Amino acid sequence: METPVYPAHNYLSNGHGLKSWLLTKDHKRIAVLYLISISIFFLLGGLFAVGIRLELTTPDGDLFQPDTYNKFFTLHGVIMVFFFLIPSVPAVIGNFLIPPMIGAKDLAFPRINLLSWYLYVVGGLFTLFAIVAGGVDTGWTFYTPYSSASSSTNVTATALGVFIAGFSSILTGLNFIVTIHRMRAPGLHWFKLPLFIWAHYATSLIQVLGTPVVAITIVMIFVERAFGFGIFDPQRGGDPVLMQHLFWFYSHPAVYIMILPALGVISEIVSTFSRKRIFGYSFVAFSSLAIAVFGFIVWAHHMFVAGITTYAAMVFSFLSFSVAIPSAVKVFNWAATMHRGSLSFETPMLYVYGFFGLFLIGGLTGLFLATLGTDIHLHDTYFVVAHFHYIMVGGAIMGYLGGLHFWWPKMFGRMYSEFWSRISAILVFVGFNLTFFPQFVLGYMGMPRRYHMYPDEFQVLNVLSSAGASVLGIGYILPVLYFAYSLKKGEVAGNNPWGASGLEWRTQSPPLTENFVEVPTDIPEAYEYTPQVIREAKLV
Amino acid sequence: MRGIPLFPEAASSFASEVDALYLFIVAISAFFTVAVSVAVIFFGIRYRRRHADEVGAHIEGSLPLELAWSIIPTLIAMVMFVWGAKLFYEMRRPPAESLQIYAVGKQWMWKFQHQGGQREINELHVPTGRPIRVLVTSEDVLHDLYFPAFRTKIDAIPGRYMPLWFTPTKPGRYHIFCAEYCGTKHSGMIGTVIVMEPQQYQDWLAGGASEGTMAERGAKLFNDLACTTCHLDSGQGRGPSLKDIVGKAVELNDGSTAVVDEGYLRESILNSQARVVKGFTPLMPTFQGLISEEGLAALIEHIKSLSPQAAAQAPALVPASAPVSAAGTPAAPAQGARR
Repeated sequence: METPVYPAHNYLSNGHGLKSWLLTKDHKRIAVLYLISISIFFLLGGLFAVGIRLELTTPDGDLFQPDTYNKFFTLHGVIMVFFFLIPSVPAVIGNFLIPPMIGAKDLAFPRINLLSWYLYVVGGLFTLFAIVAGGVDTGWTFYTPYSSASSSTNVTATALGVFIAGFSSILTGLNFIVTIHRMRAPGLHWFKLPLFIWAHYATSLIQVLGTPVVAITIVMIFVERAFGFGIFDPQRGGDPVLMQHLFWFYSHPAVYIMILPALGVISEIVSTFSRKRIFGYSFVAFSSLAIAVFGFIVWAHHMFVAGITTYAAMVFSFLSFSVAIPSAVKVFNWAATMHRGSLSFETPMLYVYGFFGLFLIGGLTGLFLATLGTDIHLHDTYFVVAHFHYIMVGGAIMGYLGGLHFWWPKMFGRMYSEFWSRISAILVFVGFNLTFFPQFVLGYMGMPRRYHMYPDEFQVLNVLSSAGASVLGIGYILPVLYFAYSLKKGEVAGNNPWGASGLEWRTQSPPLTENFVEVPTDIPEAYEYTPQVIREAKLV
Repeated sequence: MRGIPLFPEAASSFASEVDALYLFIVAISAFFTVAVSVAVIFFGIRYRRRHADEVGAHIEGSLPLELAWSIIPTLIAMVMFVWGAKLFYEMRRPPAESLQIYAVGKQWMWKFQHQGGQREINELHVPTGRPIRVLVTSEDVLHDLYFPAFRTKIDAIPGRYMPLWFTPTKPGRYHIFCAEYCGTKHSGMIGTVIVMEPQQYQDWLAGGASEGTMAERGAKLFNDLACTTCHLDSGQGRGPSLKDIVGKAVELNDGSTAVVDEGYLRESILNSQARVVKGFTPLMPTFQGLISEEGLAALIEHIKSLSPQAAAQAPALVPASAPVSAAGTPAAPAQGARR
């Protein structure tokens, strides 16, 4: 094995100074800008979670004022959903890797890509302004008439922030769709594409079709608050439940914006660390599209107790089960991929194992909420909180962190500490379960969500949850440290440290600004693992 | 420590049914979690990499397997769906002999009113062994009336009556929570439901209600608000007679029909132009803002008392006012006043 050399010319060395970053059109640099900005928001959202878990260690509301607590969970939700989870995998990992994975030099619209980032930042600044100006207390769901007629906090600034960030999401989705259609290397037809690309294609469809609906909803809330139009407020002739329909028409598919790209990441890692083609490639590919389509017709399962009719509730319950099936198909296919593979357990694969545990529990607990008879009891309790954290944090963040560890050597050309990264993967898994598993029990016991105080009998489980959160916190902080350390001191990674088969591993790490010296033309089947591939990766 | 409890008290006829369905889904979930976990851990050990240049077997996939693991979970999911839907259907259909209670949520308290005129705040007394139907509304923002021990809840939506029912089975004191976030003291909007043996409940009822029953108070309001000027029993007044109308379908001015229930009566008082009975001109003023939620409930109880047969039968799918939209398709039944 030769020792790899860190390439002198790469996208990071192509231009120095703030201006070269802030005016860049390179998708890789824009991905790095996103990486930095969403990490800041993740930290901020995490701090609010710390406040929540500290308050809930005792039944009395003794640490924060009720209004403060309400602002904490609102801001935790708004920041984590709109400013971390939605952009996480697509805007960082997708942005960086879609072009090299399809043999392209950049996205189809590099300037629009930069515009997306600026829109994200402007949206984020509005939200930061809302925090500095005193916060907002409506919950991330902005339910009317509370948000439009009752709350006296900074609803308008926050909603405007989410509205603007929404356009960032729409433009990113549009950019990906056009890129995947038009920029593939010659010979790279659809069924040779990595499943990561299929997942991003499905996600982009949701972003383009769903996000405008939430934008319209936010405009309606704004118009009601600012000009007194009666849209949602019954005092003025509006319908508060209409807002829930509009909100969930976007926000349920938004869950798939968060999780689908993570599922794409898992396909890449499972295949690479099993050195084997993904079992049932076309089923996994089409399940992404099925999830995207079904995701649009299940929204009212958030409203079974909100006055939809008995029959409508039954229809939406039935449809909600339909979205569970393609998710289950994916899990079975990944497990089958490992069968007769050649498995190794570097950090990305540990994240995949953790992902399996959390995504399974997260997905299966969704069944309790799709089932009408149990949802009536569980709706708006901690069971729901636990369920969506298992999906959106367990599933999506495990995928995001797994992907970051997998492609970090490609992105920055250096390896991080294998020891510390394994520790962090284990801490995240253990801490996550300790934090959120007790919340399922709390929910069935009847503890409602968004409670600042609670009856004494819920304390033991809440203390357990808070203790777990501290372990989880350490698990999330560690990568910041060893990733930062690796940037200068890490071992040089070489083109293909894992012996992976995708096109992105053929180019140098970190890549050139143009990604490839020559556009690849000899396109193999997806996930082709032969001893030849391993030898060329110089792993032997 | 007495160990961590896993279930809330089971104090209604729904509780054991919901718990059984819950345990069924827990069992299915546990099975799949364990099966997949065992499989991936086993593969991890059995197929761990032994040489640096080893690669996995070349396997494309298997259609029979894909079909098996799509169809079997679908069938299991259908069992859950049917079981859950059946239970839900039951939860949405209060029996005819239900005891009627009105609940109003406001920031941050629950107000209850019994037909006998007894009023309570953040406490609700109910007897065992009898179905209780609660019509829930809100004076301000969304709330949600949640009884964990009864395994049921419903949103309180301003401007609408939302129906909820349960049959308490076990005497005791249980939580009432507000389950829909409603502002500063959301977590303080809690109370206690006191389930009593029927005899004790009768004693408790006898101790309250100095101002007369809801229907009596409603009758007084009916006079004070001058409803009697137009709504003559003879049917010759400017408004329709209100005798024996509850539970019946009436024809409306636009040709559609509506079943007269609490939701329709509520709408006709607060937004009187919305659905006018055929043959009458929309002359009635709106009482929006002129009458409290309590007064409105009393007025409705009075009107219901004018339909003695209907009161004996009570409604089926509550409140079943089904406005027919302009396009001719039946709009949502159930939730009464819609605009």
